[in-house]
Amino acid sequence: MTAPAGLAGPVSAPAGLARPALRLRVAGYAFFLPFFVVFLVAVVAPLAYAIYLSFFQERMIGGTVFAGVANYTRAIGDALFGAGLLRVALFLVVQVPVMLLIALGCALAIDSGRLRWPSMFRITIFMPYAVPAVVSALMWGYMYGDQFGLVGQIGEGLGVAVPDLLSRSWMLSSIGNMVTWEFVGYNMIILYAALRAVPGELYEAAEMDGAGAIRIAWSIKLPALRPALLVATIFSIIGSFQLFNEPNILQKLAPAVIGTSYTPNMYAYNLAFNGQQINYSATVAVVLGVVTIIVAYAVQIITARREKTL
Amino acid sequence: MTAVAEANRTTAGHAARRSTKARRRGKSPTLTVIMLVMFAYAVLPLFWLLANASKNGGDLFSTFGLWFGGDFHLFANIGETLSYNHGIFVRWFGNSVLYSVVGAGGAALLATLGGYALAKYEFPGRKLLFAVVLGGISIPGTALAVPTYLLFSRVGIVDTPWAVLIPALCSPFGLYLMRVYAADAVPDSILESARIDGAGEFRIFRTIALRLLAPGFVTVLLFALVATWNNYFLPLIVLNSPDWFPLTVGLNQWNAQANSGTSGAGDATYSLILTGSLLSIVPLIIAFLGLQRFWQSGLATGSVKQ
Repeated sequence: MTAPAGLAGPVSAPAGLARPALRLRVAGYAFFLPFFVVFLVAVVAPLAYAIYLSFFQERMIGGTVFAGVANYTRAIGDALFGAGLLRVALFLVVQVPVMLLIALGCALAIDSGRLRWPSMFRITIFMPYAVPAVVSALMWGYMYGDQFGLVGQIGEGLGVAVPDLLSRSWMLSSIGNMVTWEFVGYNMIILYAALRAVPGELYEAAEMDGAGAIRIAWSIKLPALRPALLVATIFSIIGSFQLFNEPNILQKLAPAVIGTSYTPNMYAYNLAFNGQQINYSATVAVVLGVVTIIVAYAVQIITARREKTL
Repeated sequence: MTAVAEANRTTAGHAARRSTKARRRGKSPTLTVIMLVMFAYAVLPLFWLLANASKNGGDLFSTFGLWFGGDFHLFANIGETLSYNHGIFVRWFGNSVLYSVVGAGGAALLATLGGYALAKYEFPGRKLLFAVVLGGISIPGTALAVPTYLLFSRVGIVDTPWAVLIPALCSPFGLYLMRVYAADAVPDSILESARIDGAGEFRIFRTIALRLLAPGFVTVLLFALVATWNNYFLPLIVLNSPDWFPLTVGLNQWNAQANSGTSGAGDATYSLILTGSLLSIVPLIIAFLGLQRFWQSGLATGSVKQ
């Protein structure tokens, strides 16, 4: 669970009032019910069904039989799955910090009051978020590519040899650039919104004490941003582990580089569709979900612990 | 202590403080130049798309990417994109509109009802239900795509619009946002006096609460709209017939066509893909520009309140 802790407390507390009447209870359930039905059908049921499927295997003879944890032991020893997980982990370790640092810098710059046209920057840097990942991948893919690629044209114009950005050694960085382009503005807006909520008196007090812009950023703004940064980090971690759209689109531009198991999600997809291994595909999806939740939790716990020692 | 109210309240003071500070310190040219680089990074790819969607087939391959070709071919390209293959692009566009309007509109309505219920009504199991929904936030749509496909093919609704619409109706994050928003936006005293006047609960929701919840509703609607309009993985796996594809899956199909190696057909398809991509991002960019103040305060609700 990645939602920030401490949210589950009651919001309205009719303290001292009599026990709520039956009518109010019924109304509460009735208002909540439509959402909950959809939630059960769209979230709970698919998950439960995938977990159920992961305990069965399809045999040539005898049809579908209970398999215990056989699918899970297979997944743990699966080199293709492992390689995909390692790849997205590498992606995560490099791309997420780079993107969040850029987003942080932009948010601080826009909030600093020393930037010209701050709202123009805010809107334009956010704009790529509204572009579908498919369009972003197609666009960047063509710009990287050798047909009418912009990167090659610029290299030619300057007389420099540019590397093939869709080659094996560059592909992951190229995808990292696409994802950064799509989400840097979104994260910037989240951080900026958190900065706006800092009470103005804090800055005034700091200025009166003679603190400069950098000192204020370090001592007031960064601590105030910590919760929002954690939320942004966790959403980015989830996004990295679930990487699918960009590599799936680029596969058509570079089929030799991006195989069917390039990321765990692509692997699950190809197992279900091209391999017809429904049960094993469900297992891979479940394991991927569990790994994602463990890593997201670990980050949350480590951050909480560090905050306590500060 | 909710962020929207908080943010709105502090904005005035914030702005005042800002202007005095700016007067004292002045603008920093270095900072502006650095941010102009970020501006170029964000905007140049979109400009590249516009420039290349405006070229004829020859210019696309022979002229520099960051400027327009010899003749301005955008409208001809748009015409070709819309009429290609008996207007399949128009059909895809319509499908995307259908999925987004019904899916996102429904999601926003259900999240508003549910969030209002959790914030304003006491009923047994309320906390547990909210905890379960919060758990749902952490499960991203892509993680659910393959399981959803497996379940829906079992039930027999794959390759129908329902397979895209049902998951689109569910927005746990929207419910969380609306619960936080409703807690402050709808004062208990108004509800109580309406009850004393004898109004029924649904009537109170429809005539009083819904109006107070409107800004939160629009925020949830806008983000659900993005999620549905841009969705790719789920429709890719649950739909087979091109007639039901949304834009994203359709564009991917053209891309596969262009790169399939059947020479000759490929090059013309690139123009279709570029123009189609350009057309597909216009609605959302307009929506975001037009509804700025809603989504900005909405994001503040989600990120500030801890």
